[in-house]
Amino acid sequence: MSNFAYLAVLAFCFIGTLWLEFVFRTHVYRRMLRLLLTLVPVVIIFCLWDLYAIGAGHWTFDVSQVTGLFAVGDLPLDEVLFFIVIPCCAILTLEAVRAVRGWPVGDGLPDPPAGGSS
Amino acid sequence: MTYTQLAVLGVLAVVAVDLVVLRTRLLTRRVFWVSYAIIVFFQLVSNAILTGLRIVRYNGDFIVGTSTPDIGPPPFLGDGRIAFAPFEDLLFGFALVLLTLSLWVFWGRVGIQRLPAAGPPRFLPPRNGDGEPSA
Repeated sequence: MSNFAYLAVLAFCFIGTLWLEFVFRTHVYRRMLRLLLTLVPVVIIFCLWDLYAIGAGHWTFDVSQVTGLFAVGDLPLDEVLFFIVIPCCAILTLEAVRAVRGWPVGDGLPDPPAGGSS
Repeated sequence: MTYTQLAVLGVLAVVAVDLVVLRTRLLTRRVFWVSYAIIVFFQLVSNAILTGLRIVRYNGDFIVGTSTPDIGPPPFLGDGRIAFAPFEDLLFGFALVLLTLSLWVFWGRVGIQRLPAAGPPRFLPPRNGDGEPSA
């Protein structure tokens, strides 16, 4: 097994949603400040959960399938990247659904974008 | 605490964030549930790889099911697992996704980068574009 197995899964998730940005014009990566403000608390909270779980022995990682790099303490870098990539996938999905259906999200944009025909 | 307990607490905490703390109320919105349905499908696929290949291994002392075996994949279904992964991962993932989307909506609501808004998709005409003949 490769040290990049975990990273390959993350690449699959990242690339598997990246096209939404262009085809659905989700404009998520063009709103970098909003994205960063969203990611920072999520990454902190879930890294703390992860650190606790690793310390308590809830789960372990196959050293032959992760990079072997650690972010903090026993937290593999792969896991930190997970908490960045997966939230991006989730936001892209939400914005793609909104782009198609125009359903209200509650973020202050005029709800069905100034239409109402659908 | 076990993973099971923490996962339930995590979901409850994030539900409170969405409904009470940030008041984004995504849980009441169709757009959230349709998005989540798509997300959870792909979560099951990617998590099946992570857990089926035993990249991540679980200790049976802290989940409903038993430990990831030393050799070979865990059960695909059963023994507290869904698509190789402990069912607790679905709660963990739900909390991760809901917290993320709640924060994303919250920052938009307070006026941070509402624009450029999403859409229209390349394959659909503009919803209310100028000069759009909208029947």
